[in-house]
Amino acid sequence: MGNEYRIALAGNPNTGKSTLFNALTGLRQHTGNWAGKTVSMAQGSVPFKDKVFQLVDLPGTYSLFSNSKDEEVARNFIVFEKPDVTLVVLDATSLERNLNLALQVLEMTKNVVICINLIDEAEKQGIKINEKLLMNRLGVPVIKISARNKIGFPLLLDTIDRIITGAIECHPAQMKYSDEIEEQIRKIEPKVREMVGDRISSRWVSLRLLDGDEALLNELNKRFVPEGVR
Amino acid sequence: MDEPKLVKLVNGEKGNIIKITSINLDGVMRRRLLDLGFVAGALVEVVRKSPLGDPIAFRVSQTTIALRKEESAKIEGELVSSGK
Amino acid sequence: MGIQELYSEAQQLSTAKMRDDIVQQLYDRSHQLCQEGVSYTKSDRDLRTEKLDAIFTSPILGFPIMIAMLGLVFYITIAGANIPSAMLAEFFGSLEKYITSFFTLIHAPAWVNGVLVLGLYRGTTWVISVMLPPMAIFFPTFALLENYGYLPRVAFNMDRLFKRVGAHGKQSLTMAMGFGCNAAAVISTRIIESPRERMLAILTNNFVPCNGRWGTLIVLSSLFMAASYTGGVKSLVTTGVLIGIVMFGVIVTFFVSWVLSKTALKGVPTHYTLELPPYRKPKIFDTVIRSSVTKSWSVLVRAVKVAAPAAILTWVFANIYIGDTSILMYAVQFLDPFGKLLGLDGYIMMAFILGLPANEIVFPILLMGYLSTGSLTEVDSLVALKKILVDHGWTWLTALNMMLFSLLHYPCGTTLLNVYKETKSKKWTFLSFLIPTVIAIFVPFVITQTVRMLGLI
Repeated sequence: MGNEYRIALAGNPNTGKSTLFNALTGLRQHTGNWAGKTVSMAQGSVPFKDKVFQLVDLPGTYSLFSNSKDEEVARNFIVFEKPDVTLVVLDATSLERNLNLALQVLEMTKNVVICINLIDEAEKQGIKINEKLLMNRLGVPVIKISARNKIGFPLLLDTIDRIITGAIECHPAQMKYSDEIEEQIRKIEPKVREMVGDRISSRWVSLRLLDGDEALLNELNKRFVPEGVR
Repeated sequence: MDEPKLVKLVNGEKGNIIKITSINLDGVMRRRLLDLGFVAGALVEVVRKSPLGDPIAFRVSQTTIALRKEESAKIEGELVSSGK
Repeated sequence: MGIQELYSEAQQLSTAKMRDDIVQQLYDRSHQLCQEGVSYTKSDRDLRTEKLDAIFTSPILGFPIMIAMLGLVFYITIAGANIPSAMLAEFFGSLEKYITSFFTLIHAPAWVNGVLVLGLYRGTTWVISVMLPPMAIFFPTFALLENYGYLPRVAFNMDRLFKRVGAHGKQSLTMAMGFGCNAAAVISTRIIESPRERMLAILTNNFVPCNGRWGTLIVLSSLFMAASYTGGVKSLVTTGVLIGIVMFGVIVTFFVSWVLSKTALKGVPTHYTLELPPYRKPKIFDTVIRSSVTKSWSVLVRAVKVAAPAAILTWVFANIYIGDTSILMYAVQFLDPFGKLLGLDGYIMMAFILGLPANEIVFPILLMGYLSTGSLTEVDSLVALKKILVDHGWTWLTALNMMLFSLLHYPCGTTLLNVYKETKSKKWTFLSFLIPTVIAIFVPFVITQTVRMLGLI
């Protein structure tokens, strides 16, 4: 179908990610089995204008370094299933830890929207967030919402729509590491690019290889190396 | 200035703020702790003990995380403030 | 260049410290972004959460509050479910009359009415009227506590006890879920990240009596254990016996967890972290609707799917005769000597075997066997019920053994299916069947032989 787009929802546990998913999709949900096989994820559709957004609720994780099955599933979906847009849901009351995950997602994929959830709760606690500044620093749309009180939904959906149509272009800011790490990335990235091409971010794959991410190595083997060459 | 006092997280008193200097754990547990914000240089506050004394809840990176004493005994840091 | 060589090359460039550095620098950047983009007009502490935690995890009040909460959830569930359950049963009963007269009208053969109404219809409607109301109350109540943020505090309070036997504090939550439904609880073990502790939670969950077994436990304890008391004392004794049974289940859970973590699951890696999120007022309406619609409904659908075939099968077995004995009776006679060893009988063993799909139907099948009517029966009064049981040689020992067998025996079909789905392992699914079965045979056997030896009965 030409007007269906896949939107992945990523985020820490306890950020109201599922609340957002439920609020947007209502009861138009079912569980889908994805390549991960062992973990089934909830899926639901949201009609918007002439399009239908297929939302996929990824497992809530603290990071995407494949320390656990859940992290691997979420990571693989974002990198290999290539959703049209990835929403990263952050908890406004603990932005510091939550941004850590957002920074990781920005390294992995291009079309990202950052949703700062629980914004009403944060305001009650006297937390003021300058989303314009964050938007500038991160290079992708940053939107304040409250999933439980359905605040900010029109802007959120509209932003997703405009990313899909190309009206907004994302330029996710790449994390700058220490010189030592950057030097190693420079050494290995050209070779990685030769192998994966433009299909996935070669900088990110280089980082993961330097980190010794064997789960990713296996996944790359499965997906990019033709049978028999292995 | 006084020499900074090194303490293990497990020995922290309620209200203490400790700046992490070393994590003597390996494997998945080390990675999980890093992901939660227990990184070198991070400030950790001892929030409360479970009614039975273990686990202990810590405030780190704006969230509250409980650790068992087996793990919190292997995280060390400088006592920044006793919180009293 | 192959990807494997590339990986080896990357490993040579990398140092052990690099991963730490990567995460640390990500956190430094997050911290910096927050410094720039976030301002705090008050202190950055959530005082409400701190105050509530001081109460809910207090050394003095923590445990009493927890027990009171659990008691309250049970009370709301049991008290609230009675009336809708009775109404549903009455509704299905009156509907049945119409269906039967319809079959009479079109001159359908007797076996059609037998299979469809006395078997299928009665079986499934029984399960619906017994199961649906408590689940429609229990799951939303549980979901409210979850969304409020209370449940992680329970795990925080209880962890020390679970750690002793090698398990995870969050197992207290999956066990609490098990009171509602073991099948749903097995899925809920996903909240335990560490593989070993999660497996323990899966394998021992059925030692918590689920909704489908409560009925049996309550009826038997009030008929046989509290028989000589009346009025308020009677319900007090009944409650006391039930608490005793639940406590015994908890002890078995701890014991089995301890043995497994020292044997079959020894050395499987373990890690423990528990986040205590801020308390948040749940959206009551949304939560209630969603959890009753999604959870209760899906559990119910699966229960009916397994109950329906079992009900048909039971009817067929009870109504096909070889000579002048039905297939069901042959099976009962075959199982009788074994049942007697455990202080039970062939009917009871048969009921548990046919009740594999859903625990709810064990007691009805048992009565059906005793009355040899071949269809699920509801006996009007407890007095009549007790007479039927006593006429078949029941004593308090039989009742106690049946309660223990019900508490300890293999999980229902739906639960086993979920164990397989969650573990993806035939071995662990089989163990989740075998371990409880062995214990369920062993305990009544020992009790029965001891009681007989001491001449108590």
